[in-house]
Amino acid sequence: MSTSLIGARVQRKEDYRFLTGAGQYTDDVDLPHQSYAAFVRSPHAHAVLKKVNIEKAKKAEGVLAVYTGADLANAKVGGLPCGWLITDVKGQPMKEPPYPSLAVGKVRHAGERVAVVIAETLAQARDAAEQVEVDYEVLPAVVDPRKAASSKGIHEIAPDNTCYVWSIGDKAAIDAAFAKAAHVTKLDLVNNRLIPNAIEPRSANATYSRASGDYTLYVASQNPHVERLLMTAFVLGLPESKVRVVAPDVGGGFGSKIYLYPEDVVVTWASKQLNRAVKWTAERSESFLSDAHGRDHVTTAELALDKDGKFLAMRVKTTANLGAYLSTFASCIPTILYATLLAGQYTTPLIYCEVTAVFTNTAPVDAYRGAGRPEATYVVERLVETAARELKMDPVEIRRKNFIRQFPYQTPVALLYDIGNYEQTLDAALKMADVAGFASRKQQSLKNGKLRGIGYACYIEACGIAPSNVAGALGARAGLFEAGEIRVHPTGTVTVFTGSHAHGQGHETTFAQVVADRLGLPIENVEIVHGDTSKVLFGMGTYGSRSIAVGGTAIVKALDKIVAKGKKIAAHLLEASEADIEYDKGEFKVAGTDKKKMFGEVAFAAYVPHNYPLDKLEPGLNENAFYDPTNFTFPAGSYVCEVEVDKETGTTTIASFTAVDDFGKIINPMIVDGQVHGGLAQGIGQALTEGCRYDESGQLVTGSFLDYTIPRASDVPMFQLDTRETPCTHNPLGVKGCGEAGAIGAPAAVMNAITDALGVKDVPMPATAQTVWRAMHKQAA
Amino acid sequence: MTIKVSMKVNGKAAAAEVEARTLLVTFIRENLRLTGTHVGCDTAQCGACTVLMNGRAIKSCSIVAMQAEGAEITTIEGVAKPDGTLHPMQAAFKEHHGLQCGFCTPGMVMNALDFARQHPNPSEQEVREALEGNLCRCTGYHNIVKSIVAGAKAMGGKP
Repeated sequence: MSTSLIGARVQRKEDYRFLTGAGQYTDDVDLPHQSYAAFVRSPHAHAVLKKVNIEKAKKAEGVLAVYTGADLANAKVGGLPCGWLITDVKGQPMKEPPYPSLAVGKVRHAGERVAVVIAETLAQARDAAEQVEVDYEVLPAVVDPRKAASSKGIHEIAPDNTCYVWSIGDKAAIDAAFAKAAHVTKLDLVNNRLIPNAIEPRSANATYSRASGDYTLYVASQNPHVERLLMTAFVLGLPESKVRVVAPDVGGGFGSKIYLYPEDVVVTWASKQLNRAVKWTAERSESFLSDAHGRDHVTTAELALDKDGKFLAMRVKTTANLGAYLSTFASCIPTILYATLLAGQYTTPLIYCEVTAVFTNTAPVDAYRGAGRPEATYVVERLVETAARELKMDPVEIRRKNFIRQFPYQTPVALLYDIGNYEQTLDAALKMADVAGFASRKQQSLKNGKLRGIGYACYIEACGIAPSNVAGALGARAGLFEAGEIRVHPTGTVTVFTGSHAHGQGHETTFAQVVADRLGLPIENVEIVHGDTSKVLFGMGTYGSRSIAVGGTAIVKALDKIVAKGKKIAAHLLEASEADIEYDKGEFKVAGTDKKKMFGEVAFAAYVPHNYPLDKLEPGLNENAFYDPTNFTFPAGSYVCEVEVDKETGTTTIASFTAVDDFGKIINPMIVDGQVHGGLAQGIGQALTEGCRYDESGQLVTGSFLDYTIPRASDVPMFQLDTRETPCTHNPLGVKGCGEAGAIGAPAAVMNAITDALGVKDVPMPATAQTVWRAMHKQAA
Repeated sequence: MTIKVSMKVNGKAAAAEVEARTLLVTFIRENLRLTGTHVGCDTAQCGACTVLMNGRAIKSCSIVAMQAEGAEITTIEGVAKPDGTLHPMQAAFKEHHGLQCGFCTPGMVMNALDFARQHPNPSEQEVREALEGNLCRCTGYHNIVKSIVAGAKAMGGKP
């Protein structure tokens, strides 16, 4: 191998199977003697379950069983656990109401599961589900998070619907700074609720063997080991050794497939009751109703500045809607992953944030691409841009004036940024976006009846929550390391097992590039295996843009052990001292000589150990590693968006979007660009088209692709991308992660552009034509 | 009520006794076990189930199997050459990274095949308009558009 694979645009290994229809997603998996599940879901947002009559359904054609919440309770099936304990401002633990897989006593959101019908065919299961008669006593619904605390409690344990009130920062010091400030910018912001909508709906197919007592669950999951841990240890009380979880090809996740869902529990439990495989795949309408949603913050944010535009303090008060139940990581999103990001790229010395997290009669809310960090970036970057306008400063200059320039940098909100160069990405973005030419483009737009605006966003992201002991002190109930294993075969080909999971990110290619580059092997000789608890030793999975920084490093650590053992073997074969052996591009060499052994020869010796130091060394060449990072990584970037708003209709078009990101070292720029494109589209979707709406009774009125608008091809432009590189200082690859950046930075850039075009302080997201039109005419009035 | 349906799928005769309400996509996935054709929604919006029926792209979730009686159906499994060589449109998706999770991909490719036959040299805007009925959540469409522009050129108006 003459050229490095690191930084190469290697085409993806996984593409052939996806392009020929040979991908194997969970719904493509049929198991022998399989039955089908259909869930009976509550049509009401809040109701007492007076009676659930399953008799008719049980007698329907093809029906094998009908189960309700009572059946699960009688079988001692536990509720779904929350993976992060937040301690509130009074030192009390957050309120954790029970989250049964099938409703018991009450239903708390439209779409909650009341019963499951299992039948020989899917059509029979669905037909029979309509025969389940449920007598509901409808209760008033709590929908608006702002009114939740003053409404009647939907859980006994939380009479004020408050899960926790949490804060970070010294409020008294910050209030004092505000009192003295020359200028205060204040914004009331809503971070609109989003529905993730991976195009593959959730799916689960479980089977049980009476002969062995083993369960196997195929499930569309981002983290099969976490799914297994939560389900066995907390819900079903099973030994993990008896449960295999396979997340095969997964059609997008964006956070929504991190969590343990009730349907997964029910089909797994039922597979034993029936001694049959039980399969369930969500219809899209079920996805809308019951996948964990994202965002949904109501915030008042203030920035105190001196007369020159230097940031003095930030004060943020947020109400976060958690929905009806605590989803797996719900509690840490609006706290640990939100408030800690409020420093952004700036030296704001004092930051206070108070978060009130509330229960409502809506679907649970959890991490969605970005998870807390888009919400934080939206607060910071809308505040900064607005402050510049109020102080009649250039929004670029106010940012420059406040950039962090010395690293490492300890923020006032707990994070320690290891490295960055914010001016570098900003300068590159300004040039690429031709900001200098904006004024003339604005004039041209005006001639065409369009208002043109420009908006900026300089985001910071924190990827790979770490280290585990610090996360644990903050309430995490899981470790946040990653595991990897390198299995060198006798002829020198390599299988890599990783606890990271790919559902579009291309790990089979990127990770193979890392391994092939490090070992100096052809990439064809490296296979990546993921997504199966029976193959991969352990894994914490993929979320929070952690795969390359945490999972990739675990692989590198295992590779180092392979090379170290290889040197011992080579030293024996070459009759040299181990200290004199060097490894380079697939060859173990005796330093300063032409004596060498190829990687394949060393591997062969390890498995056919005839000439081998058996007295000192075990045969075989197989190593694993667990890697627990010492810190987060901190990708950052600068985005510039130009919009055109039609003066007549309010229709907003993205005229151009420029993103310059610093992801540290990049393994495969083609894949990284693709990640940014997708993130930007989701961020633009949040800004322009996507808004989850419940009516006052708690009915989801955006329950299909007809009503909830994820961006279509004509809603987004061709993106202009570039990168700059400050390598991460604390992992061997120098990588930071790139999966969420676009979704984090884009909403603020778009909304800063729209408010610039209109000359108004704020426009709510999504800025649909109607919303923008109203904003224009409100201004005129 | 069951009925017999028969059609030609990827050049081979395919027939089965199915319930009258069986959708074409269900027939393809469940009866023929051709699982490359996907179901991503229940309102004919996402286009993951797109196949060719008598050469035209249709959403196979939107018709019942018996409406395809006697038709020639091509699914994603029937697009590459028999020796496994990718069709130029498939090759363009690979070359331009026009797919990530792969779930919408079969529908994108099938729609693109019909579109490109009629638009051998499409503009970016024409491609975006042609993708109105196909949703992707991963790629931001950027590389899908590039793939289809390149794939159409490579096809030169031929199927």
